[in-house]
Amino acid sequence: MNAIETTILRKEFGSRVAVKGLTLQVQQGEVFGFLGPNGAGKTTFIKMLLGLIRPTSGQGLLLGATVGSVAARAKAGFLPEHFRFHDWLTADEFLSFHGQLYGLSSSDLKQRSANLLEKVGLSEYRHQQLRTFSKGMLQRIGLAQALLNRPSLVFLDEPTSGLDPVGRRLVRDVIRDLRADGATVFLNSHLLSEVEITCDRVAFIKHGEVLRTTTLQALSSTPLGIDGETAVTLRAAGLTPLLIAGLENFGRDVHVDGERVTLTVTAESALPQIARYLVSQGAELFALTPQRVSLEDLFIQIVGTDGGL
Amino acid sequence: MKILVIARLTFLEAARRKIALTAFLLGLAFLILYNLAFYFVRSQPNSIPNQALAQREAYNLLLMAGLYAANFMAGVMAVLLAADSLSGEISSGAIHTIVSKPVYRFVVVFGKWLGFAGLLALYILLLAGGLVLSVGIQANYYPPNLLVGLGLMYLEGLLVMSLTLAFSSRLSTLATGAAVFGLYGFAFLGGWVEQIGTLLKNQTAIDIGVAASLFMPSESLWRRAAYEMTSPILRALGNFNPFGGGGSVPSTFMIFYAALFTLAALGLAIRAFSQRDL
Repeated sequence: MNAIETTILRKEFGSRVAVKGLTLQVQQGEVFGFLGPNGAGKTTFIKMLLGLIRPTSGQGLLLGATVGSVAARAKAGFLPEHFRFHDWLTADEFLSFHGQLYGLSSSDLKQRSANLLEKVGLSEYRHQQLRTFSKGMLQRIGLAQALLNRPSLVFLDEPTSGLDPVGRRLVRDVIRDLRADGATVFLNSHLLSEVEITCDRVAFIKHGEVLRTTTLQALSSTPLGIDGETAVTLRAAGLTPLLIAGLENFGRDVHVDGERVTLTVTAESALPQIARYLVSQGAELFALTPQRVSLEDLFIQIVGTDGGL
Repeated sequence: MKILVIARLTFLEAARRKIALTAFLLGLAFLILYNLAFYFVRSQPNSIPNQALAQREAYNLLLMAGLYAANFMAGVMAVLLAADSLSGEISSGAIHTIVSKPVYRFVVVFGKWLGFAGLLALYILLLAGGLVLSVGIQANYYPPNLLVGLGLMYLEGLLVMSLTLAFSSRLSTLATGAAVFGLYGFAFLGGWVEQIGTLLKNQTAIDIGVAASLFMPSESLWRRAAYEMTSPILRALGNFNPFGGGGSVPSTFMIFYAALFTLAALGLAIRAFSQRDL
């Protein structure tokens, strides 16, 4: 059973199509990144899965239950992008209220609240009203409420947008713990470097359609870009003009900056050949690094630079 | 019971946002003012008749004047309490973390309704109960059919609050306030048209008043409440009473209709909130 399974899920707001027909499968235990430009329909899609918005057409299952149903929501946690909470509640009261909505018993709730406040670093603020919290603290307490029910599936919509580096690390740790517990994490984030670190698989979405899904492992294991070329940086001592001229046989656009040389190669097999060539010619090779395709590069390649407008 | 969890949150909100405290302090000011006025009216020579029977009628009239104001304030409070409840949470996004929990949407609406109903009961008990007690302690006078009268006042508050909740599930806070206050004023005017029609024996005016009450029955509940609590002699004497206790009296059918109207408004609030995108 997949954690999320949708078939041509569509949402129209009047004449505007927010989600064109999204078909997606997310496996259980996966940390899944959902990427796309602003207005691509990412938040609308999450809201449909959680029953905040009714789909115009299409079908979907969340942990085997129909999307939007109470059964589907019982095992899900959600941190919304634009989180606004009842700021006149204390942190303790806030978690207690949401825990009761999950139907937790009072003893379980007490223990769970204490653990989660500890986890998100807010234990000492437990009796403080949320109105006194900074944006980062609100994000942390929001994260805690999303985990109250020990969810099997967690939706995090821009979970690190208001956080400092320490807070971002905390979110990464929480995601790592969730993965270790076998939970599925559905992460919607613009911080691609965060996604690159945390996710197993990503989907690129634009105009309410999935353009491509790929695993992060596939992305990192190949040094070559989609167009078949990649840049290589090497650092070596003893580089003579003749030796540098010889590098033109392995690639193009050779640039020298002291001991640092960059060039573009068209095949991965060029890398060991370059290493052998430099060593055989008496150069001392310290580093030979292919510039791997970053998620951001891939995002731009797939989604384009028009921001989805 | 998740309904009670939501209802409790509504109570807590009233306490934390100082709604309860403000209402209590101003209600207290209202009672102090009324008590002072009642005391000085009583203590002024010749302002109250000497005969015991006439005295009781005068006390009844003074009490009805106070209850008339209390009823108006309860109606306003019902709108103020509920106007921002759903629309405010929808526009701020606070509703997202609630509705994404395993909770049916009707539970959210009914829980809020229950919370407001409790707050409204306390408010009416403070104002109307305080007035009755004030007159009782100072003059040893209590109106007839007190529980029925207070019950009808409470029903009017529930009706206005339920309607506010229904509008709040679809409209913004300001639009909700404008719509419900508009209807409240409409019903008030309709009640007066009916009263004046009765006084002038003008059937068309009476019919217009009844039609207005069917469209928005809040005022008819007050007029029936006032009728119940008005002394039998004043009832028999007057065709017209500025506080609504005489003249045209809304029928029992109208009371049932108003109760059904209240339930329909609550149903509408639940339906509208359950079907909308958030």
